[in-house]
Amino acid sequence: MREVAVLGIGQTSIDEHWEKSLRELAGEAVLASLQDARRESVDGVFVGNMMSGSANHQQHLGALVADWVGLRFVEAIRTEAACASGSAALRAAMIAVASGAMESAVAVGVEKMSDSPGPEITSALATAADADYEADQGLSFVALNALIMRRYMYTYGWKHADFAPFSINAHANAVNNPYARFHEPITADGYLRASMICDPINLMDASPMGDGAAAVVLVPAETIRFQAKPLITLAGSAAATDTLAIHDRVDPLWLSAAAASASRAYAMAGVGPEDIDLFELHDAFSIMAALSLEACGFAERGQGPRLAQEGGIFPTGRIPIATLGGLKARGHPVGATGMYQIVEIVEQLRGQAGKAQIDGARVGMSQNIGGSGSNIVTHILRAS
Amino acid sequence: MEVPRHWRLRQQRYALVGEVCPHCDAKLFPPRDVCPHCGQEARTRFTFSGRGEVYSYTHMSDAPAGFEQNAPYTVALVKLEEGPLVTAQLTDLDGKPVEIGMPVEMVTRRIRSDDGEKGILVYGYKFRPVLAGPR
Ligand SMILES: [Zn+2]
Repeated sequence: MREVAVLGIGQTSIDEHWEKSLRELAGEAVLASLQDARRESVDGVFVGNMMSGSANHQQHLGALVADWVGLRFVEAIRTEAACASGSAALRAAMIAVASGAMESAVAVGVEKMSDSPGPEITSALATAADADYEADQGLSFVALNALIMRRYMYTYGWKHADFAPFSINAHANAVNNPYARFHEPITADGYLRASMICDPINLMDASPMGDGAAAVVLVPAETIRFQAKPLITLAGSAAATDTLAIHDRVDPLWLSAAAASASRAYAMAGVGPEDIDLFELHDAFSIMAALSLEACGFAERGQGPRLAQEGGIFPTGRIPIATLGGLKARGHPVGATGMYQIVEIVEQLRGQAGKAQIDGARVGMSQNIGGSGSNIVTHILRAS
Repeated sequence: MEVPRHWRLRQQRYALVGEVCPHCDAKLFPPRDVCPHCGQEARTRFTFSGRGEVYSYTHMSDAPAGFEQNAPYTVALVKLEEGPLVTAQLTDLDGKPVEIGMPVEMVTRRIRSDDGEKGILVYGYKFRPVLAGPR
């Protein structure tokens, strides 16, 4: 396996893009990444997407997107791993380039959610869970996360207010991200008074949906070692699974797949949690931010909220998270989210994050969670 | 919609029929044929008592498509007395506040109704508070 580098990045803003279709959004991100990479073509296109079959009545996104961006004859497929579909596309593209099967590849995550009405999107999101034994009982995806959060608060003695720093940090950071869905900071009071969705999860615990696409161009690092400044490599990449249903887990309060994929990514990159300068984690709900920090070794079990309260997650803290807004405030266009995380880390490692810049960022980590913790992909990027 | 799938699940839905592992005696619900505890084949049927306690719960007002007419409703993870967790709606609460640890028992109720001339009524398990006094 040879080392793989990120040569170009591209993204659309996250919004309700009424005037743009799925193929236009994906195309915009892909073409921007190719332009950034100064390439006209690649050997393969990997499209991450969760719900186009139901939300857009369109499957077969590999050929659709490849043709749309002028790469009609290249190899192209779509990857699906629920909310982790985006980083699953990146990992597939990375393996293709690392193995030598391809000399270059584009990975793009795209989701177009505003074409379908709310209850249909709620049902589509619930297909990430166990259809026979979770979704068929009438549970939404938010409800499943609420069951975890309630039990977590009961077990470790946390109050709802203790989760406020996750949301406050995300919204403060998104102010400096022109692509983010929201640009308004929030207060602790605003967090507490937000309307309830599925108790204890309120509107300020939950990430907003939206339409969006983000893409990167990958090439072998050896081919650009002397021209790329800085050279940004995928130093670590790993994925792991757990049961689809929460009720089948050994411990519903522990993300086994996050711990497994993080430890493999650390080993591959030759680093540990203490070496990570920023962490784009999967804060689809504030409870998931806490569980991710714990599983990846940044906080003790049950102590994620304490790390947040002590300021450890803020831009000047020990492990800055959601540095450009995270899922909570940048937005969560489901199958695109994993690729936004990667694009944002590259911006940070290039020193192009503007007012959101983390000083001296050299090593960034992303973690993308599919379902309620069932399929988790971790990447570590390094600048040199 | 999906009539064969609902028909296939009838024993689980109506009677909490799962499996018991003949190798390590673990009780499994939902049935899964390979025991997650010892990794060996587990195909022996086992009918659960339907008694358990609330492990976690939440209230839903924004229901997924097909469940809108039931909203609002309460859903829970129920810890069955034989060990497994099961995801289900709570019912017959009559305004009673739900708490973690609350004893509950399984009842069969309508889960959803799919509208239209080809619609079907789907029945299955829900859990209600254990009634006070002798049973
Ligand atoms: Zn067994």
